[in-house]
Amino acid sequence: MTDATLPPETAQPAAKTPMQPKSLYAIDDLTRKRNAAEKRFQAYGITAIGIGLFFLVVLAYAIISQGIPAFSRTVVEVEFTLTQAQYEEAEGTLFKTRAYEEIFIGALTGQLQDSGIETPVEPEAIERIVGKPGGTIREFFRENEDRLGEPVQFDLAASSRVDGYMSGRITRESMTDSRFLMKSDLDLVDNLVEAQVIKTVFNWPFITGADAGVDNAAAAGIGASVVGSFFMMLVVLFLSLPIGVAASIYLEEFAPQNRFTDLIEVNISNLAAVPSIVFGILGLAVFIQFMHLPQSAPLVGGLVLTLMTLPTIIISTRASLKAVPPSIRDAALGVGASKMQATFHHVLPLAMPGILTGTIIGLAQALGETAPLLLIGMVGFVARGYPEGFIEGFTEPNSAMPAQIYTWAARSDLAFTEKAWGGIVVLLIFLLSMNILAIILRRRFERRW
Amino acid sequence: MNEMPSIEQANAMSDSKISANKVQVYYGDTHAIKDVDIEIQPRSVTSFIGPSGCGKSTFLRTINRMNDTIDICRVEGSIKIDGEDIYDPKVDPVQLRAKVGMVFQKPNPFPKSIYDNIAYGPRIHGLARNKAELDDIVSSSLQKAGLWEEVKNRLDEPGTGMSGGQQQRLCIARAIAVSPEVILMDEPCSALDPIATAKVEELIDELRENFTIVIVTHSMQQAARVSQRTAFFHLGILVEEGPTEDIFTNPKDKRTQDYITGRFG
Repeated sequence: MTDATLPPETAQPAAKTPMQPKSLYAIDDLTRKRNAAEKRFQAYGITAIGIGLFFLVVLAYAIISQGIPAFSRTVVEVEFTLTQAQYEEAEGTLFKTRAYEEIFIGALTGQLQDSGIETPVEPEAIERIVGKPGGTIREFFRENEDRLGEPVQFDLAASSRVDGYMSGRITRESMTDSRFLMKSDLDLVDNLVEAQVIKTVFNWPFITGADAGVDNAAAAGIGASVVGSFFMMLVVLFLSLPIGVAASIYLEEFAPQNRFTDLIEVNISNLAAVPSIVFGILGLAVFIQFMHLPQSAPLVGGLVLTLMTLPTIIISTRASLKAVPPSIRDAALGVGASKMQATFHHVLPLAMPGILTGTIIGLAQALGETAPLLLIGMVGFVARGYPEGFIEGFTEPNSAMPAQIYTWAARSDLAFTEKAWGGIVVLLIFLLSMNILAIILRRRFERRW
Repeated sequence: MNEMPSIEQANAMSDSKISANKVQVYYGDTHAIKDVDIEIQPRSVTSFIGPSGCGKSTFLRTINRMNDTIDICRVEGSIKIDGEDIYDPKVDPVQLRAKVGMVFQKPNPFPKSIYDNIAYGPRIHGLARNKAELDDIVSSSLQKAGLWEEVKNRLDEPGTGMSGGQQQRLCIARAIAVSPEVILMDEPCSALDPIATAKVEELIDELRENFTIVIVTHSMQQAARVSQRTAFFHLGILVEEGPTEDIFTNPKDKRTQDYITGRFG
């Protein structure tokens, strides 16, 4: 009776196949499919990483190969002694710098002859190679009269065309004769190189110097804008870290859960996604046009970047506060700590590595940001010198690294493009060292068990 | 000034340490604890038993207002400790928690040294005037928790590096260090092996001399071993409360009988 009521589908297989032991050596279809899917997924992952690495290598190669020339510069190194009599004679002539230039050319020809090279040295060619050296030499001796009568070595910057020829940017085939450089000058340059008068040295002025005018690419340096960026980062750090951390602690540990805090939360997430140029417009409208803060000043740049960095810091700080196990809060409250004591004595120290990482990533982002600086007048500003003091560092117009790179890249002279690449290398070194700092701080704080 | 006699009066009226009267707890719209009345005797161990989700932990956490940290939680009725209503607006929950310490289900030492774990409470409450007094508090708390011999040579090592049972006894020592009058324990042995459990139970029995202890436990054997009085909770209701022996040998309520004989829960 009961057998008959059973549906035939369930009754039959049980009857047909008595329990046969399955061999573990035979891989069934389902397992095979699963394994294949797993292999496929791994292959996708490896491909993705491979593509990423490939582009990273291409990018690094492009930046470094194009940026390296900016770190070397060509100098014309001439050593000679100016006697008191020569000095007085030169000062007595009508064209004083011309007289010094003749002394310079004389010394240069002497050095060529010492190396056994006989070649005519035209003053015009020299002027095309090192500019007008007379002025520099005269200025030096007028300021240092005590150096008269002893050998003095002059490292004069070669013109940017010669620089380009030395770095391979300009070749004999590609160049055309112009008032800046003639093809025939290159023979003299080659001879000077052979006589070790023209040398390639590390370009310290690029690291330490300030920007130069559009006609003097060889003298342009990134130093002043590094200082500008530094003051901007000071503003960002000292505003966004306390404000961001305080806001996150309040929202995460103290604020009640209601519509209002929900609204704030949504808005913070939205702010993180707002394009940076919008912050630039805000900075222009509020800080410059309304509050009349100085244009192009690192203070204004820092304020704008603070607004931009705050959401990043708040989001990462809240995430790391959330990651602290609630049992720690319970433990502190359980021994009679107040909420603030529990937060500051126990939760915050544990969240510190995450907060620091978030802050440094936010700072790094701000360091490389160009768009907001465009609108507050940092791009296009030629930072010709360092700020005079600490306060002036904030208030005096200055450039910042990304703005400086943008300015250089926009100039027509190819020598500036080279500077822009070099600037990118400097910027990347900064970012890299900030990230390394983040990792070190993280490790350090995490080691507190 | 005139409050003093009233406290004495209250103490005279009943000799219980904690007295709860018509306590209701709501989580949002959920009515988690319904009409709980209980008197807890001083210097004794009272255990709360009952199936999971019956509200015994929730009720325990109302006694030191740990539920305050949960936004949606609401408590009604009155809970008096020594005759003082702890939900009175004048009462600061932080001060209350120094008087009513708590030990949690999972050992949760601070990620600091053993010494700092114990010293933290006395420090924030200003119980020690100098380092020597603090050292005394730390050593006496560890001694009371039976941990002193094991850790006296490594007080500066992290508390998180000890075994689970040691960590839980460290947490008990940490609770003792602020000299509370009541210690609440929320399933203190559920994460421990039988040997560590036996040690903690032994400790609870010793602590009874100086403290009023309320312990929530899933293990009926544990309740029988350590407690003088037992309360059985079911679905947010206090079903039965009485001397432990009576509850286990002669329960009055059918539900209690079903639970202790293993018919549900």
